[in-house]
Amino acid sequence: MSKIETKNLDLFYGTFQALIDVDLVIKEKMITALIGPSGCGKSTLLRALNRMNDLIDGVKVTGKVLIDGKNIYEPGTDLVELRKKVGMVFQRPNPFPLSVFDNIAYGPRTHGLKDRGKLGEIVERFLSRVQLWDVLKDRLEDSALDLSLEQQQRLCIARLVAVMPDVVLMDEPCSALDPLATQRIEELMFELKKDYTILIVTHNMQQAARVSDWTGFMLLGKLVEYGETKQVFTNPQEKQTEEYITGRYG
Amino acid sequence: MRRFKEFIIEKIILLSGFACILFVILIFFFLAKDGLALFKFSSPWNFLFGTLWSPLSEPPQIGILPLFLGSLIVTIGAAVISVPLGMACAIFIAEIAPKWMREILKAGVELLAAIPSIVIGFIGMTMLSPIVKHIFHLPTGLTALTGSIALAFMAIPTMVSIMEDSISSVPRIYKEGSLALGATHWQTIYRVIIPAASSGIVAAIMLGIGRVIGETMAVMMLTGNASVMPHTILAPVRTMTATIAAEMGETVRGSEHYFALFAIGLVLFGITFLINFLADMARHRKNK
Repeated sequence: MSKIETKNLDLFYGTFQALIDVDLVIKEKMITALIGPSGCGKSTLLRALNRMNDLIDGVKVTGKVLIDGKNIYEPGTDLVELRKKVGMVFQRPNPFPLSVFDNIAYGPRTHGLKDRGKLGEIVERFLSRVQLWDVLKDRLEDSALDLSLEQQQRLCIARLVAVMPDVVLMDEPCSALDPLATQRIEELMFELKKDYTILIVTHNMQQAARVSDWTGFMLLGKLVEYGETKQVFTNPQEKQTEEYITGRYG
Repeated sequence: MRRFKEFIIEKIILLSGFACILFVILIFFFLAKDGLALFKFSSPWNFLFGTLWSPLSEPPQIGILPLFLGSLIVTIGAAVISVPLGMACAIFIAEIAPKWMREILKAGVELLAAIPSIVIGFIGMTMLSPIVKHIFHLPTGLTALTGSIALAFMAIPTMVSIMEDSISSVPRIYKEGSLALGATHWQTIYRVIIPAASSGIVAAIMLGIGRVIGETMAVMMLTGNASVMPHTILAPVRTMTATIAAEMGETVRGSEHYFALFAIGLVLFGITFLINFLADMARHRKNK
């Protein structure tokens, strides 16, 4: 089942074209990795999928992004609904300067839940989901900024899945973490794959090879190659892909 | 040679730094010397809590409670008006206004700060006080409320520029994080951005209030200068600052009255010092 489809997607920052005619089909409940050198447009592509690029001045998008068959760039699209469905985890862990509890409860509260008891259940459930409950159950009122970076990133993931999205976009979620923490976040991603469609942008090719089912290689705004991860890494069809993954480029 | 130059410059900078502190200390001692001399004539209790300010009667009545309450009422009134307005303005400038409008508004707010207080007093006297008089059917338009309104406009620029700075400096990732969870722009502002900027916002409010308490000219023109115990915000009041300004020229050097005015100065100094201190605490407080 395809969850997300982009069709002839072009994106401009002012006059600079950051995405060139990107056609991509993303399968449901799989992990898809986007790799490529810095500035190739992989983060831009990711941010085009929940329209986070709208926050930047001078962005222009043409083409289509279909999510569950609906074009999200159609006029009148409800951005709040879109972002509830397509959530995002950022490169630097960005817990809000609030307590652990308030961070997890943020999404549900934002969407209208007020009952303290129900919020408590949600906090427990989603902290457990990211294996933080046992560590943090006595520290729920502590500031989230006092946690370790790995815990912060887990918290951000929990905060996101507490909104019950379908799609989780991850923009280099491990680049601020040490290798052990990275490994544990990757395990978490495997665990989350059962319920969510995950897209991850990564600099780290090993990471893409380890965690993803599908891989897209981007270069200078173009999606050069897209296929099953095993095939892309062992038998790339394009010369540029081969050069990149063998370290001769980028 | 270069070493020497470096040395000299460093020392000059050091000296300038100390000079500032030295001036503050000198001013404080000067105030304290003449202010505390009052207590040869009268007790601190009578000075602080006496309800009658009539320094020219015989014997002189030196009680600053009516003046203190006058300052308090005007200040609270100004805060009630300026805090919500200033916050709304800062949020609009920092978060909502398009770029071109932001620049214009910021310049406008800075210009508001540059208006001399006498001009605000003048406008208040000719425009504002008749309106207040008319709306509340008062015998005079020169009331604590009139002063509060005018002072609110003097506090707003200070508040807005500091609040706007602290709101703008909230890390972008907080805003993105919130929007990416499906929060609306407004939810993002009041649930994440304002809490994250709260220390700066509190500092801004404190500094704005500090400005209001110390302001003299406009309040002298607008509050009616009646040194009686105020019962409502619609009554004429007299503030501590206005009292000093109005009476200093007419008092005999070395008299009880003279020392009393210095003692008021000392109280004002104490209050503004406290407020600045609290503002500083708020500003440097680590986010919870």
